[in-house]
Amino acid sequence: MKEMFTPDMRLSEMIDMDYTLVQVVSRMGIDLRHTPLKVSDACALAGIDPATFILISGVYSFPEYIPTPAEVSSVNVPDILRYLRGSHAYYTGIALRDLESSFDLLVEPCEETRKKVILKFFIDYKIELEKHFEREDKQVFPYVESLLSGARPAGYTIEDFEEHHESVDEKMEDMKNIVMKYLPEECSGEMKMWVLLSIFRLRDDLRRHTYVEDNILVPVVKRLEDDGR
Amino acid sequence: MEDRKTVVLVIPSDIVARGLKGIIEDAMAYRVEEVFHDLSKPVEARLRTLDPDVVLIDPSVFDFKARKEGRDRLAEICDSIVIALDGPDLTDEALRRYDGYVSIYDSGEAVIRKLDSAFGSRQSDPSPEGGELSAREKEILVCVATGMLNKEIADKLNLSIYTVITHRKNITRKTGIKTVAGLTVYALLNGLIDISSVQ
Repeated sequence: MKEMFTPDMRLSEMIDMDYTLVQVVSRMGIDLRHTPLKVSDACALAGIDPATFILISGVYSFPEYIPTPAEVSSVNVPDILRYLRGSHAYYTGIALRDLESSFDLLVEPCEETRKKVILKFFIDYKIELEKHFEREDKQVFPYVESLLSGARPAGYTIEDFEEHHESVDEKMEDMKNIVMKYLPEECSGEMKMWVLLSIFRLRDDLRRHTYVEDNILVPVVKRLEDDGR
Repeated sequence: MEDRKTVVLVIPSDIVARGLKGIIEDAMAYRVEEVFHDLSKPVEARLRTLDPDVVLIDPSVFDFKARKEGRDRLAEICDSIVIALDGPDLTDEALRRYDGYVSIYDSGEAVIRKLDSAFGSRQSDPSPEGGELSAREKEILVCVATGMLNKEIADKLNLSIYTVITHRKNITRKTGIKTVAGLTVYALLNGLIDISSVQ
């Protein structure tokens, strides 16, 4: 599957195969104007490892694709962090904000209490997600960077970081079900559909993001920790 | 063969674990999914994900003092049928809390028979997704939505904690909603509770 992506193809070809890759491209800091270039050249200009870019794109485009242990162990860790940080910035800066304004419009016709209840659920979810990202940005990623620089920070291992993904995913599912099945009649069908599409898009994106964290970042960091012992 | 029931073993002794695995897998109705030798945090997390039909556990994995409550701890993790491996330190009272027990002196057939009968004694409720909540389920949903814990709900309604957990599973299956926050929204939108009861 992922073999469809090679360093010699043009970046624009990859995007034509799966347009959602524009998100990976921009999160990795590749200038969209460089998309006519070969993948290897566009990556070189952005200062990132083409193999790592292709690996992340593979995970992003093909949900059934599972990287081999060899592929995982040869990734460029700073590039992985760049992608993860870029995703966080996108979720908090764009995706969640958009979703919030759509939610506002969606529940606009509802009676005041109900409106409050639904919005509170969304806001709580948003805050939980933002806290989760913040913890990763402020503690986990700097920890990984210090490991990379050869330090061995005490009192913390990557295992502490693995447990937190489930609850946000469950809340997302609940949000989908509430919007789809349980909103008051006053809410417009069109707005519901619009919000649902945003939820699905964010959900799929978050799942791939989580996949990169759990199955690429975590094993690589575990190896770094073991090496340091 | 796909509808074999899944079994997870939590048995410190490798000899006993392998013996039981052999016996259970010889019976075509069961498949041993995984074997653990303790009940550490990672194992608990794994159990939660596996959510097997049966957990066969040697209660000696719990500290001596915690042994009586061991069954409750498992109930918080998964809603499997839990069979104990009988051992010297186990009181009858502790044993009664399990859905059944086997002894290492049981014959292979006896082990399977005990597994089968544990299944028979637990009635299931195959409520479809989207089904109407029963009065009892609504009552429990209201408790959950107002922030009560399983134990508190069990005490208030005079039910066992396992019954509460089974009801909660059914509520989730019917509504498609898993989290407490989501259930609270559901309860409020359906007029089961008032906004003032969730502060």
